[in-house]
Amino acid sequence: MPGLEDLYREIILDHYRNPRNRGELESPPAHRVEGFNPLCGDEIVLYLDLDADGRVADIRISGQGCSISQSSASMMSAAVKGKSVAEIDDLTRAFKAMMSIHENSLEGAETTEPIDAPDVKLGDLEALRGVVKFPVRIKCATLAWNTLAQGIEEASA
Amino acid sequence: MAISTDPIDGTRLKDQFPLLSRDVHGKKIVYLDSAATSQKPLAVLDAMDDYYRTINSNVHRGVYMIAEEATNRMEIARALVRDFIGARSSSEIIFTKNATESLNLVALSWGRANLSAGDVVVLSHMEHHANIVPWHMLVPEIGIELRWIPLDDEGRLDLTDLDALLVGAKVLSVTAMSNVLGTMNPVRTLTDAARKAGAISIIDGCQSVPHSATNVQELGADFLAFSGHKMCGPTGIGVLYGREELLEAMPPFLGGGEMIRDVRLDGFTTNDLPWKFEAGTPPIAEVIGLGAAVEWLNGVGMDNVRAHEIALTEYTISTLHERFGDRINIHGPSSPLERGGVFSFDFDGLHPHDISQVLDQHAVCVRAGHHCAKPLMKLLGIGATARASVYVYNDTADIDALADALDATGAFFTL
Repeated sequence: MPGLEDLYREIILDHYRNPRNRGELESPPAHRVEGFNPLCGDEIVLYLDLDADGRVADIRISGQGCSISQSSASMMSAAVKGKSVAEIDDLTRAFKAMMSIHENSLEGAETTEPIDAPDVKLGDLEALRGVVKFPVRIKCATLAWNTLAQGIEEASA
Repeated sequence: MAISTDPIDGTRLKDQFPLLSRDVHGKKIVYLDSAATSQKPLAVLDAMDDYYRTINSNVHRGVYMIAEEATNRMEIARALVRDFIGARSSSEIIFTKNATESLNLVALSWGRANLSAGDVVVLSHMEHHANIVPWHMLVPEIGIELRWIPLDDEGRLDLTDLDALLVGAKVLSVTAMSNVLGTMNPVRTLTDAARKAGAISIIDGCQSVPHSATNVQELGADFLAFSGHKMCGPTGIGVLYGREELLEAMPPFLGGGEMIRDVRLDGFTTNDLPWKFEAGTPPIAEVIGLGAAVEWLNGVGMDNVRAHEIALTEYTISTLHERFGDRINIHGPSSPLERGGVFSFDFDGLHPHDISQVLDQHAVCVRAGHHCAKPLMKLLGIGATARASVYVYNDTADIDALADALDATGAFFTL
């Protein structure tokens, strides 16, 4: 049976207690997007500033939610700052692959390698791997990423 | 705060509930989620087991001995439920699969036959989704108007404008006790006001019937819905009490066997009450289990159950406030006399899912979420709460375990 330490790794708690890039950006020019998890009430407001080259010049996050959703958002903000939209796309797919590996194995699939996962170093984000042992909490971890994808799509449109 | 005399020794009663002796994560379970479902005493488990082992057969059909025994046992259970809530006749006790079905039965059967466009249905801001959605379903179908009784600062119904809300109302449907706030509502005041306005009254008794003595005559309710599994009975069995003349006039809800007197190629005639509303093979074992639960609760005494929960409510509120001060906010009325043993709380600004996840590691079972009361959550301005709830088998040690586990939770997240 997975224990608390599998879910709440120290680095996750660090990001929860000291969230990175917390706050707001003036919008416009920054793009503002909201994400919502109606089942548990997690909400995230993401401010995205893309420069002329399509890189994330700045990102800020506000909102409220559980430690997993908040720390995932904090880690994500640190990971995508300065990255191009293409790099973020790879990162997002790698992160989601990490989250869905276990979903597949729950359904009995024998996959041990992520399907279609780009070869990207996840760094601190690896700490969220334990979340897959608590299926109820996966949507908490992916909320920020889904919101970011929506924001990039809207900002690039 | 003066602690009230507690007539029940919850610690001793635990012995009668097999589940309460199990371990979780290597620790003895501390079950504080009885508002979601109660645990079951041996008396109930044995009654259901005995049915399957000795008299399993379909009811109201067979002429052989065990079928007659099963039918008798089921109808004895109905009489027990009748007396438990002070109904006049067994005809007024309809078995459903849960309280949600009971509320749907009234809304859809009585509602479709009696409501027309522009008619008003009055609900409150503290209703469970089961007493909201069936009415929402009738809005596009019939064109009824829904009105909502507001709440005051302590989570009690604000009845200042009740008479105005009831103008043009055909139905008043409210809970006797909030599953989130613990608020116990003044049911008699509500049913009197409804009657005066020419509306029928429907009471959701899910949280009240298991925890205090209930008499439908004194409540003045036209309908009362409650479930078996929150009152020491099994899942899969609910009750709808209805006044006989209203039930007689209502069209049937589900069609099939049992609910008919005669079926011809050109139509059917319905059976007598209460079977008119009980289509198909009923949940026989569950009915018998509910009967055993009623007998068990009668043995304890419902006034004792209420007194026990008042004492435990005083202990819970004072303990949590003494231990945590401003770190904890308990929703609902502050007076134990105005509330039941349901404690929704915010703690240390932590998300309820994080709280319940850590509490689980300490074998403390509490609920986290919106408790099927999203309009109330929105009114309170929160997405979710953690909720601890007590019953007859809980004791002060359970509350101490909750407080200790909350202490550990705070330390875990806010170091």
